[in-house]
Amino acid sequence: MINDSLQNRQRTIAIIITVVIVIYILRLFSIQILETRYKEGADSNAFLKKTLYPPRGLLFDRHRTLLVYNKPAYDITFIIREIHDLDTLSFCRALHIDKAYFLKKMGEIKDRRKNLGYSTYTPQIFMTQLGIEDIATIQQSMYKYPGFYIQNRTLREYAFPNAAHVLGNIGEVTQRRIEKDGYYKSGDYAGRDGIEYTYEKALRGEKGMEILLRDARGRIQGKYENGKNDIPAKAGHNLMLTLDMKLQVLAEELMVGKVGSVVAIEPKTGEILVMVSNPSFNPAILVGRQRSKNYLSLLRDPTKPLMNRATQAQYSPGSSFKPLQALVCQQMGGISENTYFSCNGPQSSPIRCTHHHGSPVSLLSAIEQSCNPYFWNAYKATIEKDGYGEKNLVFRTNYDEWVDRMKSFGLGEKFIDGDLYEQSRGYIPTQKFYNKVYKAVTGWRAITIRSNSIGQGEVLVTPLQLANSMAAIANQGYYITPHLLRTDSLRKKIHQVKVDKEYFPIVFEGMSRVFESGTARGSRIDSIAMCGKTGTVQNNHGKDHALFVGFAPRENPKIAVAIVVENAGFGSTYAAPIFSLMAELYLTGKITREELKLRISTLVTNADVKKR
Amino acid sequence: MSKNVSMKYALDWTTILYFVVLVLMGWISIYGASYNFDQAGLLDWDQRAGKQFVWILTAFAIAGMLLLVDYKMYSFFAYFIYAFTIILLIVTIFVAPDIKGSRSWLVIGPVSFQPAELAKMATSLALARFMSSYNYKLKNWNDLLPLGMFLLLPFSLIILQNETGSALVFIAFLLMLYREGMNGIILMLVVLAIFLFVIVIRFSMYPIALHQGSWGFAMGMGFILAIQLVYAFFVSRHRKEAGIVLLGSIIAVGIASLANIWYVINFNYVGIAVVLLSSIYWIFVALFSRHKQFWMIALISFSSVLFCYSADYLFEKVLEPHQQIRIKVLLSMEDDLSGAGYNVNQSKIAIGSGGFWGKGFLNGTQTKLKYVPEQDTDFIFCTVGEEHGFWGSTLVLVIFWLLLMRIIRIAERQRESFNRIYAYCVASILFFHLMINIGMVLGIMPVIGIPLPFFSYGGSSLWGFTVLLFILLRLDASRLERLR
Ligand SMILES: [Zn+2]
Repeated sequence: MINDSLQNRQRTIAIIITVVIVIYILRLFSIQILETRYKEGADSNAFLKKTLYPPRGLLFDRHRTLLVYNKPAYDITFIIREIHDLDTLSFCRALHIDKAYFLKKMGEIKDRRKNLGYSTYTPQIFMTQLGIEDIATIQQSMYKYPGFYIQNRTLREYAFPNAAHVLGNIGEVTQRRIEKDGYYKSGDYAGRDGIEYTYEKALRGEKGMEILLRDARGRIQGKYENGKNDIPAKAGHNLMLTLDMKLQVLAEELMVGKVGSVVAIEPKTGEILVMVSNPSFNPAILVGRQRSKNYLSLLRDPTKPLMNRATQAQYSPGSSFKPLQALVCQQMGGISENTYFSCNGPQSSPIRCTHHHGSPVSLLSAIEQSCNPYFWNAYKATIEKDGYGEKNLVFRTNYDEWVDRMKSFGLGEKFIDGDLYEQSRGYIPTQKFYNKVYKAVTGWRAITIRSNSIGQGEVLVTPLQLANSMAAIANQGYYITPHLLRTDSLRKKIHQVKVDKEYFPIVFEGMSRVFESGTARGSRIDSIAMCGKTGTVQNNHGKDHALFVGFAPRENPKIAVAIVVENAGFGSTYAAPIFSLMAELYLTGKITREELKLRISTLVTNADVKKR
Repeated sequence: MSKNVSMKYALDWTTILYFVVLVLMGWISIYGASYNFDQAGLLDWDQRAGKQFVWILTAFAIAGMLLLVDYKMYSFFAYFIYAFTIILLIVTIFVAPDIKGSRSWLVIGPVSFQPAELAKMATSLALARFMSSYNYKLKNWNDLLPLGMFLLLPFSLIILQNETGSALVFIAFLLMLYREGMNGIILMLVVLAIFLFVIVIRFSMYPIALHQGSWGFAMGMGFILAIQLVYAFFVSRHRKEAGIVLLGSIIAVGIASLANIWYVINFNYVGIAVVLLSSIYWIFVALFSRHKQFWMIALISFSSVLFCYSADYLFEKVLEPHQQIRIKVLLSMEDDLSGAGYNVNQSKIAIGSGGFWGKGFLNGTQTKLKYVPEQDTDFIFCTVGEEHGFWGSTLVLVIFWLLLMRIIRIAERQRESFNRIYAYCVASILFFHLMINIGMVLGIMPVIGIPLPFFSYGGSSLWGFTVLLFILLRLDASRLERLR
């Protein structure tokens, strides 16, 4: 104990040591307990989360014919911070792209405003939907480009070049969709329209994830905990559609060179057998790298091939409206099957008759001969039964009743309980509408809106609505919302129309006579009793639209159809034969009139329609 | 025989227990750190854990042998050992192969060895022998000069081997010198210098008044002024004088700021002027009140101004670029996660991801996947942090603390100053290694590559620390022999 006076310095030294160790323990506490970013850092270091993409569900038609399946495709992805010593030129050459494209693409990916999920740690998609031929070159030299990976994906492949509008297509998800649905990551594919869009959730399945361990040099060291935490991908559901592909192909053949659409429905079930919109395109062209180029050319085509006319185009129904008018007017007591009106042929006023026949004319003959004056009188008698003019309460009640009963056939509104993407509403004009147009000037009454009686004027329908109204007539009083997915269709909700069963037989008879002795007699065929109604609709864009509605066979109808051929001329010439051929194929399984089929399918009404 | 029996009682078994525990924990950590997914057993001789086991066994053998040597020999041969080590260091510079720029390894057959590890022990023995000699006074300039030589010689030789880290360990002896009577102010000045250096460098990038000055320098001056004021106000209770200096400084800075509206003022000079004027004022106070401490305050202030003024120069010219970057990264001035900052960032990630309980033995992903460089040598503490979490790392720190406290207790119970001085050398060296190594791993010390005692992989360092510690235990055991 020599340096007594210095002995208390041992305490100072002990304090210094203790303070340093306490500081270190506090520091440990801070980085191990308080802060979470180090744990995240460790995870992003060590875990390479590899997405496993499920195969998308297959699509079949009602007879289990495969329509849409998958073929392998490849994405080029990269992780920014793993890229080093990139030979851009050789990389671009191997991928068959130029350097400007490379730089542009990289810029877009790194732009956080365009790519919210951007991170230097996670895989970013550089190019997508490449076919095996696109990556053949780069696949062998991938080791030269560290940080770049090939990700296996699948692309759609189509067994038929048909039904593009029904099937829809898939494409990269948009930023908006990513924000709305957390399932998607930038670069994922999703259904864009049609079935692919409506049934996206069922078709896409569930992405899985594989957690791989990656060492400091980026080498994969195996699965984390032997794959205990991996999530396998769940395959998408296969879907069976209501389409009859054989019939669809026939309808598309018959529509070649024409603008318009064909919708066929099985009346008992509401199942859509055929849905054609022409001009159309081969759905396969919207797959893979050519997608955007082809999409743009379709978008710019003045004949609007991308538009699904079957659900989106709206037409005046013209004479094809008459069966409905006959039903509603009977139901409202304006006419009965024994009501006769006189017809002066082309001299009739205020609406001319376009046909020559005897006078006075009965309801039956009026349907058969498509007599305009008869339906004008019937319409007037119905809505002006006990008074007229928009100031008259009875008139107003009658008009509303007429609108209501018409709408009960599925007209004037979208089908909300179905699975159809992008429909138009169509239109059954309301009182409110006419008040707005006429009240200030002259007021309005039956004569003002006489065009409604013969399906011209303000009434607008889509081909789908028209076909559905035929299904309702074929069912004699109800319809099931038309749909494309084949489930237990009979258990779907039944929509009763507001016309009693007793009023249907006369309409059946009238529509049958259309084929026996009326406007469609040229399209009759001995083997099948068909019912229908032609329509020739004036419009502002050139020649009349040719329309046809109908169902077959007369007893226990199996198929209800609406056909529109734009700017073609007479419905009897251009539309009725299409129905006849379709009904024959559907009901008998064969076509006996090959020459008729050839004549119709080679008929060109619009030279701009490209054959694809 | 009686000697061996007495040895059994005289040995400090507590220290030996701490030593064995630390060595075994280190061994397990090395096994964890070098573990591969296709790993063989703990005793696979080709693996690092297996090799370390050999080092541990030989270290135990060396420890045993050291205990058998007569305690007087250590004092007797102190200078001889020192001289031998110096020669070894010199030889090393010439014969050592270049390993990553460092020439510090002597390779003899299959064994390679770092003489620098031996230098710590040799210097400790030499210092203890010299300072315990009769009539030695630390304040005597004639005695201080050889002291400096004892330290400077191995220090410069190790620097020449390009082992800056190992050389810096010689700073640790300041702690021992403090215990032996070195003025405490020197210790404080070292702390003050480091502190001033850090603020001046850290904030030098923030300019004042069109780059005619920097916040770093201004803050340095402010800190010196604050020391003056705190001393005058709280310690020597010259409250009136403190008020005058404070007021004067505020007025001076105020005028300068006002003038800055019309002329560009270099605030560095304003700061220097304020500190120099206040220092001169304190000298006057010292003359009139005969309060001599104010001389010291003024002297410290003058030298601090000089130091701050040259800090930038020291940083840019004396330090090498890679050292500058290490310091910049530490001070968060640069965020170089792929370069110099990579190691420390990965080390923090590994430790931070351990959480409270850790991921469990051999379950650490960061260490297994080799994200932390040097993870079985300098960064071995990461493995503890990741696999055993907060409780495991704290346990290691606590055992080190217990060991250091134990050594201080041993030091203070020695009757001979040779033993006590040597004991403080041991404590200082262990503490310095601990402070720098763990501080580095936790990102609060610059990256200086020195091993964690008893933990880091490698024979030289383990043998070095074992020798250091067991010579102390042998000296300590002699206290009972003396009594007899
Ligand atoms: Zn007529």
